[in-house]
Amino acid sequence: MSENHSQDFVIRFAGEGGQGLVTSADAMARAAANAGYYVSTFSTFPSQIMGGPASSQVRISTSPVLSSGDSVDVLVSLDEYAYNNHREDLSDNGVAIYNSGEFQLPGGGQYFGIDADELAKSTGNTRAANMVTIGAVAHLIGFSLEEIDAFITARFTRGRPGDDEIIESNKKAIRLGADVAANSGFSVGTLAPPSPPDYEQIMITGNAALALGAVTAGVDFYVGYPISPATTILVWMEQNLVGQGRFAHQVSSEIEAISAIVGAGYAGKKSMTATAGPGLSLMGEGLGLAWMAEIPCVVVDVQRGGPSTGLPTKSEQSDLMTCLHPGHGDMTVPILAPGSVEECFEAGALAVNWAERYQGPIIVMSEFGQAEKGENIRKPDLDAVNVETRSVYNGSNGYARYESWGENGLSPMPIPGGPGAYVANGSEHDEIGDTTHLPRHHIRLTERRFKKMGLLNDAHIEIEDEGATAMIMSWGSSKGPAREAYERLKADGVDVGWLYSMALNPLPDEMKAALERANIVIVPELNYMGQWSAVLRQHGYRAESVTQYTGLPFKPATLVDRIAARVAELRTEKGKVLV
Amino acid sequence: MSNRNPEYDFVWCPGCGDFGVRRALEWALERHVAEHEIPQSNYVIVAGIGCSGNMVHLMEGDQPFGLHGIHGRTLPLSFGVKMGRPDLQAVVVAGDGDFLAIGGEHIGPAAARNVDVTCVVMDNGVYGLTKGQSSPTTEMGVTTSSTPYGKIESQMMPLKYYLTIGVSYIASHYSSKPRDLANVIQDAMNHKGFSIVHVQSPCTTYNDTYDILKGNRRKGIPGIAWEVPEDHDPLSRQSAEDLLDRPGIPLGLIYKEERPTLQDRVDEIAEANPRRTPADLLASYAL
Repeated sequence: MSENHSQDFVIRFAGEGGQGLVTSADAMARAAANAGYYVSTFSTFPSQIMGGPASSQVRISTSPVLSSGDSVDVLVSLDEYAYNNHREDLSDNGVAIYNSGEFQLPGGGQYFGIDADELAKSTGNTRAANMVTIGAVAHLIGFSLEEIDAFITARFTRGRPGDDEIIESNKKAIRLGADVAANSGFSVGTLAPPSPPDYEQIMITGNAALALGAVTAGVDFYVGYPISPATTILVWMEQNLVGQGRFAHQVSSEIEAISAIVGAGYAGKKSMTATAGPGLSLMGEGLGLAWMAEIPCVVVDVQRGGPSTGLPTKSEQSDLMTCLHPGHGDMTVPILAPGSVEECFEAGALAVNWAERYQGPIIVMSEFGQAEKGENIRKPDLDAVNVETRSVYNGSNGYARYESWGENGLSPMPIPGGPGAYVANGSEHDEIGDTTHLPRHHIRLTERRFKKMGLLNDAHIEIEDEGATAMIMSWGSSKGPAREAYERLKADGVDVGWLYSMALNPLPDEMKAALERANIVIVPELNYMGQWSAVLRQHGYRAESVTQYTGLPFKPATLVDRIAARVAELRTEKGKVLV
Repeated sequence: MSNRNPEYDFVWCPGCGDFGVRRALEWALERHVAEHEIPQSNYVIVAGIGCSGNMVHLMEGDQPFGLHGIHGRTLPLSFGVKMGRPDLQAVVVAGDGDFLAIGGEHIGPAAARNVDVTCVVMDNGVYGLTKGQSSPTTEMGVTTSSTPYGKIESQMMPLKYYLTIGVSYIASHYSSKPRDLANVIQDAMNHKGFSIVHVQSPCTTYNDTYDILKGNRRKGIPGIAWEVPEDHDPLSRQSAEDLLDRPGIPLGLIYKEERPTLQDRVDEIAEANPRRTPADLLASYAL
């Protein structure tokens, strides 16, 4: 085994949906996180309630996890199909544990069987089968059983009479599994001692972090329609957005959702909805209304595979063009695309601030692979979130709402119940909101609507190693694997630099300047067309994509190979105008 | 043009029923403001797209707030206004095409929620702004620009539809009696829940139904509109159904049901579940 393997292990549980795969990966993740490691989970499953091939994995590391990794160190297969489907992902010295209560494999391979159900029975707790497996996994990676004990004690101490019994049987199950693994003689290494962070952490998924960020910035009106992989935001809001002055509700369609948040935004609320590609398509006209009538609201697009119904529970970044121009006509929508679970919180809060600040719609682009990924991240500092509220008109009646004040084209917004009654109008309008087709109004207001976007220049950016042969600029959920690849490429001496912007539209001025200076920008992105590099070229920058459209996130190793090969080519033709 | 904005480039045709509906709505708002001592600025008119929706720009006197949105979405827009700000009064003005065709999918959910919004639907049985296409309430067989060989879909019966899907306040009227119509609109606004005042508002250009509604003795046309009898019990669903089985256009309150609004239910939940602060929520993710 290689030495650095001990810094980092990937453990995958594969079988059918409904077999507790996510529970197992989650338990392993929490036990490791509690012990001071960095963890990241990733699951893939079919779009059905029960059954179908599914898997859930956890990556455990001594440093922050950027991607779901290249290969699997321990594969737990609950059925033969899962084994055959996932064995190719095993690393060279990886070990598979198979469910010998379900199927048998011939002798001689890097695997061993375990009948977890039968062993769980002997503990007197038939529900402890996943703990048997976790015990075996722990042995293989040299993870302390006492740390798992601590997790079990915390998980099952619920103030009920049977708690002690359940805790004891689970601890016993862990040891039964570890014994089988010890007897097999296999090991994939020993996990290095953790280097716990010096800051407080939370364990959270991307979707929950995004919702929490938005509520921290003051969202108090949420409606949505169930759609994978955005449903968990709706469920989160209905659970948590309660109390006086708040409203969270499931509506009948994405058309209702966008219309309702525009109505609430018009009435003065900070409003939000979340959807995926199909719902976003239905929201186009409503987003146009918010743009035209200048009404703050936030739409979250948790991307999945498209087009049409597409791949509801797979990874893809193919909604970019739709998000940039969701509606017909001369319009666009500002976009924030968080690149990690931690950034989901930041983007959720900033999107609400942006909507309030420029008085219009904002889209947050997340993605399936990031939405349900659980990670232990730095605990957000709520006091550090600067909560912004729109400029509200409080003069006398007879106000010209669409007359521009100041250089940014913005004017204070009257709120029903207050002064300055006007008609917020989706038809082109004059200063007071009355419909008009006169050129001077259409020219002035078109320019005003675009000009306001100049207020949105403060999103998180990263610029490193400028002047390199090629700058890597990924976006959204591909940031993690791209960053891991970038670090490996740098370590290998490949001449690459790094650009990242959480804001895709408008691009921060500083990022535009860096893009202008770049020799060429290489964009790893999960779509066929190379959407972000196309946008960059449209801006006049030299850019090309490294694409993947498998329904799965990038493996860092894939990016390392492809980018290294491209940079080698570029170095032989350096100085030319590329693309 | 309008009285307050000579540049406003929209006009109703002479004799349009919408003039009468506008007058009635202005009166109803005025009286509702006086009755409840609510400031005019607490009223939001959510307008559909079509001739009728332009009413929001043409209202005279003190201006309420207005939201002139997109075609067919008056109900979800007003739902957002009302559930976001329960202290506001939301009134929808829309035509038969906007409300019943493109926007038809929203009536059922609004009824199920019993959201406290009043709708004034102006039914002229035709698409006027786009110059005379058939609408859901156009009679079968009628020739319009989009039904050159006669309409081949059945005519929709909106009042029966509203009753079937659970609208808690249903009234029917026409534009020619703005004083009576104002009373009905005011009453609908006072109803706690989802109310629809369905108004026959003739299109003098494409579907002039004044004579058919009111009758014309000189031309020997009997008139199909009739006053809802004084002994009609609007609280009885059966009576409402019986009333709607009669041919013609009833004028008056057809059905009224007192039941909790969506806001009542939301308030119950809010009562039982105190506000969770971001700090409370964050604490639930502690390692």
